Amino acid sequence: MPTYPAISPDWPGNLWLHALVIGVFLIAFLMVTVMTYIWIERRGLGRFQARLGPNRAGPLGLLQAFADMIKILTKEDIIPSRADRLLFWLAPVAAFVPVVMVLAVIPLWPGLQLADLNTGVLYILAVSGIGTIGIFLSGYAGNNKYGLIGAMRETAQLMSYELPLMLALLSVVILTGSLSITELVAAQDVPFILVQPLGFVVFFLATLAEINRSPFDLVEADSELASGFNIEYSGMKFALLYVVEYSEAVVASVLVATFFLGGWRGPLLPPVVWLLLKMVLVFFVIIWIRATLPRLRIDQALGFAWKYLLPIALFNLVTTALTAVFLPNLSVWVVAPINILLAAAAMVLGARQFKPGHANYERLEP
Amino acid sequence: MLKTEPFILNIGPQHPSTHGVFRLRATMDGEIMTDVEPVFGYLHRGLEKLMEGRTYKENIPLTDRLDYVSAINNNWPYVLALEELAGISVPARAEYIRVIMGELQRIASHLLAIGSLMNDMGAFYTPFMYMFREREKILDLFSMVTGQRLLYNFMRFGGVSHDFPAEFLPALDKLLRTLPGFLDEYDALLAENEVLLGRTKGVGRLSAEMAINASVSGPVLRGSGVRWDIRKASPYSVYDHLEFDIPVGTIGDTYDRYRVRMAEMRESIHLIRQATQQLPAGKTMNNVPLRFRPPRGEAYAQVEAPRGALGCYLVSDGSETPYRCHFRAPAFLNLSALKEMLIGQKLSDAIIIFGSIDISMGEVDR
Repeated sequence: MPTYPAISPDWPGNLWLHALVIGVFLIAFLMVTVMTYIWIERRGLGRFQARLGPNRAGPLGLLQAFADMIKILTKEDIIPSRADRLLFWLAPVAAFVPVVMVLAVIPLWPGLQLADLNTGVLYILAVSGIGTIGIFLSGYAGNNKYGLIGAMRETAQLMSYELPLMLALLSVVILTGSLSITELVAAQDVPFILVQPLGFVVFFLATLAEINRSPFDLVEADSELASGFNIEYSGMKFALLYVVEYSEAVVASVLVATFFLGGWRGPLLPPVVWLLLKMVLVFFVIIWIRATLPRLRIDQALGFAWKYLLPIALFNLVTTALTAVFLPNLSVWVVAPINILLAAAAMVLGARQFKPGHANYERLEP
Repeated sequence: MLKTEPFILNIGPQHPSTHGVFRLRATMDGEIMTDVEPVFGYLHRGLEKLMEGRTYKENIPLTDRLDYVSAINNNWPYVLALEELAGISVPARAEYIRVIMGELQRIASHLLAIGSLMNDMGAFYTPFMYMFREREKILDLFSMVTGQRLLYNFMRFGGVSHDFPAEFLPALDKLLRTLPGFLDEYDALLAENEVLLGRTKGVGRLSAEMAINASVSGPVLRGSGVRWDIRKASPYSVYDHLEFDIPVGTIGDTYDRYRVRMAEMRESIHLIRQATQQLPAGKTMNNVPLRFRPPRGEAYAQVEAPRGALGCYLVSDGSETPYRCHFRAPAFLNLSALKEMLIGQKLSDAIIIFGSIDISMGEVDR
């Protein structure tokens, strides 16, 4: 592993300067990535859908997100007369802040992080859950029934998917032996996706549900709830909620890249480039799924978490724990192929087992 | 159990999934619809009354505007009724041209129906755009013949307005060769999709008995397993010279209606192939006096439009304008079975059940 100069908090000054500089950098990083993600998503979706996507504003439509933001910001900021004004104001902020806070413990470059907490994983799980309150509030405060349904769905979804998410992360933590993100990345001589394929699948799907991405985008549910939680928002607040959506995607892809794809590690290229590449790869898969799958119904979405993801995550956790206790010195190169085979077998068997739909159905002959 | 209060949710008139300006006044118990009241009339333009003030020929463009998604099929019952009333004969070539154009229109309309159904299901515009790509090819053919893409004003009593141009038949042949492949591809992508199966199978079941009692027609009726099609039941034009099947479903759920539409498109391709082979030479329009006055009397004619049995009841008092012209709009009558299907369903299901009926508000409100 090549060594990189760590950007340490030994600034000429004190901890506050460090927090200020890195904090501002993180927010700037988030905003730039969000803009890039919006561009990637719109162009990518366009390609998936046999159309071009935005290509007028700037070269390759790169400035489209800016044009849209300018448009949104110049819109009238409407607050419904019967809305809960305080919560209506608070909701976008409450949704945005936790997303930024998650980034604080992610090493973008070895040493480049706001705080290297020794309880990083716990911190991420705790903070990322708070963002849901913001989304819930935004659905509730607008005093709109669609928004309220979206808010309730969001809450139900979070409660269901938080559990498999945590269990999937726990097995990673067992492998690392630490809750610190830095050590988690350092432990990935082999990316954990190879060692923990089942954990990766569970974590990825649960993340999709937590950030309300298709096929779990029940909170927005364009065709049912007419964009759900943010239905009453306009102007700056809507822009913030829109940014929150993509920030969540950014953070989700950062987390997947850090926990399972080896974070900033990789040969030749600078670490941050590797991290960005992995993030974009994860986000591409997210777009791919969005362009492919219809949306699940709410009971199906929750049932999927409790009936399928949770047992798989538990199974994965137990086997990981047993391996860690009884075969602690097993080479990764032995474990990885076995795990991948097991995961593939489990998924194929699972798919056979759980045929959706109803019985007594005969295929209609064309 | 917590006690919950039912609340009233207004779905529409400006809701993305209402396919026009339709309103569902739904009483919801959480996510479940306990009662539903369809409200329509937002697109009422008084077409039938307008027709009474215009000459017979001037009325043909108005019939285009009934169901704007399948304009040619809307011309048809009107000119049929008038031909029956006045005893006008139609040249053989014109009959075949009508069949070819009508079946092309059916494919175009079903493509749109399936695309928007998938959209309602939450597949983010991808199936929609793919269906539109194929529909676009058909619209190109239409503009080749009629010069228009949506509202064609194509049929005349005594024939059709234009003969096929020289480049039409080769282009049609090319389309017929490629379209089945595309349909197979989309069917493979959609019909075996797990999420789609889970969402549509067993959802919104309409029993055959109920369907008949509610006077439902078209793919909705055939999805319930009733083998009834105006083209077979009382053949008009040259349908008795052509060979085709009536695809039916088994249990009448949303999935059956989807399959029926998919199969009907294949049947339509089959029909067009036969019609182009049998296409006779000759003129496309019999002479009809410029100031056309049909004899006193009344006539009723119906055709199988993409949405069901579309009928036209025409009363003449011997003047240049019809005394009364009434349309039996299939979409309107199909809506009468909506309540039966919606009550007790979840909101997400309600949206796709509504989408699977495939209404066109221009026809419902007239």
